Amino acid sequence: MNTSAGRNTKCEISFTVNGEKKRVLVHPMERLLDVLRHELELTGTKEGCGEGECGSCSVLLDSMLVNSCLVPVAQANGASIITIEGISTRDLVKPLQEAFLECGGAQCGICTPGMILAAVHLLEKTSAPALADIREGLSGNLCRCTGYMQIFEAVASAARRRVAK
Amino acid sequence: MTVPHIVGSSVPRKEGWDKVTGAARYVDDMVLPGMLYGATVRSSIARGKIRNISFDPSIPWGEFVVVTSKDIPGKNCIALILDDQPCLVSETVNHPEEPILLLAHPDRHKLRKAVDAVAIEYDPLPSIHSIEESERKSTIIWGTDNILKSYLVEKGDVDSVWKEAAHIVEGEYSTGAQEQLYIENNGVIADYDPEHGVTVWGSLQCPYYVHKALMTLGGLPENKIRVVQMETGGAFGGKEEYPSMIAGHAALLAIKSGRPVKIVYDRMEDMVATTKRHPSRTRHRTAVGKDGKILGGEIEFTIDGGAYATLSSVVLSRGTIHAGGPYHWPCVCIRTKAVATNTPPHGAFRGFGAPQSLFAMERHMDRIAHVVGISPVEVRRRNFLKPGQSTTTQQVIREEIDLHHFLDRALELSDYAAKKKRFAEENKIGARKKGIGIAAFLHGAGFTGSGERYLNSLVGVEAAADGTVHVLVSSAEFGQGTNTVLCQIAAEALGLPYENVAIAQPDTTVVPNSGPTVASRTAMIVGKLVQSAAQGIKQTLVKTGLLGDNYAPRQFRAACAQYIAANETLKSYARYEAPGNVYWDDEKYRGEAYAAFAWAVYVAEVTVDLTTYAVSVDDFVALQEVGKVINPVLAEGQITGGVAQAIGFALYEKVLWQNGRMLNNQMTNYIMPGSLDLPPIRVFFEELGNVHGAHGAKGIGELPMDGPAPAILSAVEDATGVPFRSIPLLPEDLFEALHDEPMEQDFSPSTRGRA
Repeated sequence: MNTSAGRNTKCEISFTVNGEKKRVLVHPMERLLDVLRHELELTGTKEGCGEGECGSCSVLLDSMLVNSCLVPVAQANGASIITIEGISTRDLVKPLQEAFLECGGAQCGICTPGMILAAVHLLEKTSAPALADIREGLSGNLCRCTGYMQIFEAVASAARRRVAK
Repeated sequence: MTVPHIVGSSVPRKEGWDKVTGAARYVDDMVLPGMLYGATVRSSIARGKIRNISFDPSIPWGEFVVVTSKDIPGKNCIALILDDQPCLVSETVNHPEEPILLLAHPDRHKLRKAVDAVAIEYDPLPSIHSIEESERKSTIIWGTDNILKSYLVEKGDVDSVWKEAAHIVEGEYSTGAQEQLYIENNGVIADYDPEHGVTVWGSLQCPYYVHKALMTLGGLPENKIRVVQMETGGAFGGKEEYPSMIAGHAALLAIKSGRPVKIVYDRMEDMVATTKRHPSRTRHRTAVGKDGKILGGEIEFTIDGGAYATLSSVVLSRGTIHAGGPYHWPCVCIRTKAVATNTPPHGAFRGFGAPQSLFAMERHMDRIAHVVGISPVEVRRRNFLKPGQSTTTQQVIREEIDLHHFLDRALELSDYAAKKKRFAEENKIGARKKGIGIAAFLHGAGFTGSGERYLNSLVGVEAAADGTVHVLVSSAEFGQGTNTVLCQIAAEALGLPYENVAIAQPDTTVVPNSGPTVASRTAMIVGKLVQSAAQGIKQTLVKTGLLGDNYAPRQFRAACAQYIAANETLKSYARYEAPGNVYWDDEKYRGEAYAAFAWAVYVAEVTVDLTTYAVSVDDFVALQEVGKVINPVLAEGQITGGVAQAIGFALYEKVLWQNGRMLNNQMTNYIMPGSLDLPPIRVFFEELGNVHGAHGAKGIGELPMDGPAPAILSAVEDATGVPFRSIPLLPEDLFEALHDEPMEQDFSPSTRGRA
């Protein structure tokens, strides 16, 4: 990253997004969310509140679950980012997505990409999460449609399927 | 035929895979070549005349498209019911955040600065901000009396009952505003060219509402407006009427600039400027026999409509009709009104007036129980409507509902009796008090009274040569499962696999007007029309000899191919026909208010922590009769989601107002329930069926919004002895109530005064 740039000048940021090396010329304080959506056309990451409350813009940044609306893109320089588009190609994620469909975990769908990322993040840390772990793991992601019950069920069901394998 | 039943099975959601992979396209995911971004300059005061508008010379205004009310080609209003709401203020501001001027620019970062660089000077006028201030009429802000709409429902002679009464029970109850808080903010893109007119892509519930509003605003004929619904990230009523406003704004900017314009609100703008649930106040005065039976009474229900009439008349109507709850009133007088205040207009939100008046009714039933000295369960049992009796609008209950059975089952599922006893014992010590409470209620499906007749909905089903079938409706999917349920109904009617049926994207150039996607009407009313239209396809093929009565999907495909080769298209339409026995008198507000009611009994279990004053809901049983359940997983999701929103309505979601403006317009300080805040929500269905709906379905979407708040407050009363009568009930409200008087104070219900 060229740090000598002035306040309003754009600078080059390099990172890996969904396994591909990307270089973008953007303002360093641009939100990672906007860079993903506008520059890279990865529109699966959604904006809900713009202040880190709702989790709709969740992505994995160096395996951490973050709200991309709170991350200035300069902070992502050199990082590896996974969005819903990237995670959907992973074999392990398909059963989770199927469980979301079977259990009714997605209604309007706007929180769903963020929920899936939070659930993947949880399942990678905890192979057989208890309900309390699931509630805690998804506590940064708001859903206004489902009342969460069917999302919990979907995550639990995906975890069971994985253990069964 | 061996095709298994599709109706009644939990087939996956039609657009589900796109949603779980992030491929679903919402309006903000769409970019058009040469597109500008639009923004709105809004009023900073509640009421006054615009004296002057000036533009900070440091901004290169030549780069911007600027639209004022003078640029409106047609009529400056958002056409809905009364056409009293302007699209842009021309002279007089009537509420904070009212749209005055529009800006557009290719660079969205430059827009915000420009919005702040428009200075508007006002000559302020006095403003009013509560139901009481509006009623006082010292300042008139709407019409001649501040009354947007009023209704009177009369059944029998109430004046005669007071002298027979063993008890006269009075109570006042209130509910606050509530933000819909769909996670996707309001947004549209508009494009214009003189040949095709205006096209709008948006996040919306009612494509034909937007269509009608744009015709009026743009002074354009029907065929010069096209409205397309994009995937919609939640709505709950919040995208019923407001999209006409934002679509109007984008369209004006597109017309002036000749370029596509996107307006997508951020969360703060969406919360501060768009509609919320109407705040309400209900007064009950009830004559009760010594056995706890209601002899008759007066109900006064008032809602705060905000600065313009918008949908308040219909919200008020639903609240009015539901005000008596699922109980038998031998006589009743219900006086209701929607009043104007200088706040942004309140609007549609799941339940549409019913959660407000039912909250009051259910809290009042608990009050009656206390006064009479019987239990909350018993008072309901003694007053439940029975088949053959009539509602407050004198609609005779014809279906064989048994509310006693629903109540018994809900009590059993929640282990009510044992818990009630145990909590009373355990609450004697410790700072954590437990309680259990109930609510019984009903919700009418479809438009009120003669509404469905006026809507005159039209639905189409089209078959293609490859045997696939498309459902053509303006009914929008925004999470509730419209796409899936309507495809299930069409597939069932045609004896085809679910996969062979698809739904067309709502686009007013493609789909007929099947009415708005509101009022729990889609599965019941539109579903029935889809069923008829699908049957029409089959009849056409059978009549022309291309298909036998029994067929396999491949025979259906062959028949479609043959028919289309000869006739080009294979379409069938069905139009709404009012059931013969439905009678409604709009003048007297009397008759069959709804084609069907759904019924429910909910039980809430709470803990009130007397150290933190927080209330947590520990268990929730939702038992309802909704007719045939078309898709059990989706239906259950409607209930759990509605209950969660209603728990928010009861315990978390408080809109803080200052001179008509929402102060806490952020998710940080307007709190909705998260994954750690909710109890297990246990959902149970009874299915009686209903003659009017597709396969006996009734409405379901709004019902779960009605019961949780009163059930929770009933449980809080059980835990603390305080009969709270207002929501939202926040820890500070509990603290205040419990500390106003010495802690030893007996909070028995006979204590008059507060609560």
